[in-house]
Amino acid sequence: MTARRRVAQERRRAREFESFVAGAAGRLLHAARLLTGEDGAPETPAAEQLLTIALAGTYARWGRLRGEDPYEVARSELIGRYARTAWRRRTRTAGVLARLTPQERMVLVLRLYEGVAEEQTAAALGLPPERVGAILWRACATVLAPPPPDSSAGSDSPQQPEPATP
Amino acid sequence: MTRADQTEAQVRRLLHDPYAPIPPYLAERAMARGRRVLRRRRVARLVVWVLAAAVLIGFAVWVQIADPFAEPPSTTTPDFDSW
Repeated sequence: MTARRRVAQERRRAREFESFVAGAAGRLLHAARLLTGEDGAPETPAAEQLLTIALAGTYARWGRLRGEDPYEVARSELIGRYARTAWRRRTRTAGVLARLTPQERMVLVLRLYEGVAEEQTAAALGLPPERVGAILWRACATVLAPPPPDSSAGSDSPQQPEPATP
Repeated sequence: MTRADQTEAQVRRLLHDPYAPIPPYLAERAMARGRRVLRRRRVARLVVWVLAAAVLIGFAVWVQIADPFAEPPSTTTPDFDSW
């Protein structure tokens, strides 16, 4: 491939990627903020970093997408990156999902915010589908439960009310 | 609508995103980082190929010099019974 063609291809790829980011960044950033517990916060450095790295991975795969939906690729990069780094994140006590574990956050964001089907969520997280349903149910119950009276008390074992049976 | 559906709808409303500004130069920063990732991968691939080639050439040269697959000189003499 000549240098001229390579430059032209690089430029086209950059244009495509920029228009993709312009369309998808808002939604992906909010998903990232839900995961990092920065939703509603004025400054969201962790979510922005997570999103930047996920988009960088998406750009690195841009030339080899072969008909894959770039949004799905970016989302799986985001989830994968969060899953790999969640263990060393400080558990934040802010945001809607403050009392959830990283796994519960991922299930909730994929199933309810992104609207991904249970089977695909299970495949993305490497879990059996029934587990996804159970985790989602538990996570919903935790989110909707009233906050513990003393919010400074140990938040690792929040009072979980018996979820209402469907 | 079942109770489970109602619960999920309630949580979904909580997750609804308010408007938030996109950080400036997000695409540019992601692209710069993505290019670095690609370059690192390219360099790593090159290093692996160079190492493999070096090993192969080294082996070929060693075979030429040391001739390790030649049959060792025999240490016994054939039986000699009759003249």
